[in-house]
Amino acid sequence: MQPRDRRELGAIFAGGALGTLVRAVLSELFVQDPTSWPWVTFGVNLVGAALLGYFTTRLQERLPMTSYRRPMLGTGLCGGLTTFSTMQVELLKMLEHHVYGLALGYAAASVCGGFLAVYAATALVRRVRIRS
Amino acid sequence: MTWVLVFLGGMLGAPLRYLTDRFVQHRTGSRFPLGTMAVNVLGSLVLGLLTGLAPSTGWQLFLGTGFCGALTTYSTFSYETLRLAKENARTLAMANALLSVLVGLGAAVLGFGLAALWT
Repeated sequence: MQPRDRRELGAIFAGGALGTLVRAVLSELFVQDPTSWPWVTFGVNLVGAALLGYFTTRLQERLPMTSYRRPMLGTGLCGGLTTFSTMQVELLKMLEHHVYGLALGYAAASVCGGFLAVYAATALVRRVRIRS
Repeated sequence: MTWVLVFLGGMLGAPLRYLTDRFVQHRTGSRFPLGTMAVNVLGSLVLGLLTGLAPSTGWQLFLGTGFCGALTTYSTFSYETLRLAKENARTLAMANALLSVLVGLGAAVLGFGLAALWT
């Protein structure tokens, strides 16, 4: 299966590397203890989810489909900025340290928070659009 | 050097996520986001393995923070869960959220366990 074109893949490539780098810098600046709330991962995941909701709604409804902004900003930047695997390993470490309540709270807050972040960002874009 | 490794890992992970997602969605043709679940579970397995093996910092940055971090995605997972809920497929939305977290955690535990056997 070929991608639609190479430029699209290039856009994901660039956006993904940039998002990953921002996440890495943040996690380097704020090192986490496995038994405390992982604010960095939690934060980038919520911000990334909100940004994806914003970009997808705004770009889908406003810009022509030939734009490379969506693959770069959505699939690339937001995908690279957020991470699912780190959250799972953080949960694993919480279980290993027997902080079960924290693990359950973190998993529930991440799932609900991500969902609400996309919902809120999407609703906000639509509201502003109607007014303007 | 540190940031170069992270950057390179991210450069590989993000396009691989896109290609895997497309491949899986094309194969299954389902509205259920199996493609995203596949990359998330795979990335969690690899990161669990990497956590157990505890290689040098360079490999952890390249494969862990860079590659696994970019291969998996939280934003698309959240977006697709909301999409299912909005399409009145609430059961599928719930199933996506629960299965992704549980299977992902299982994969991380499996990777971690495999690393323990290895070392």
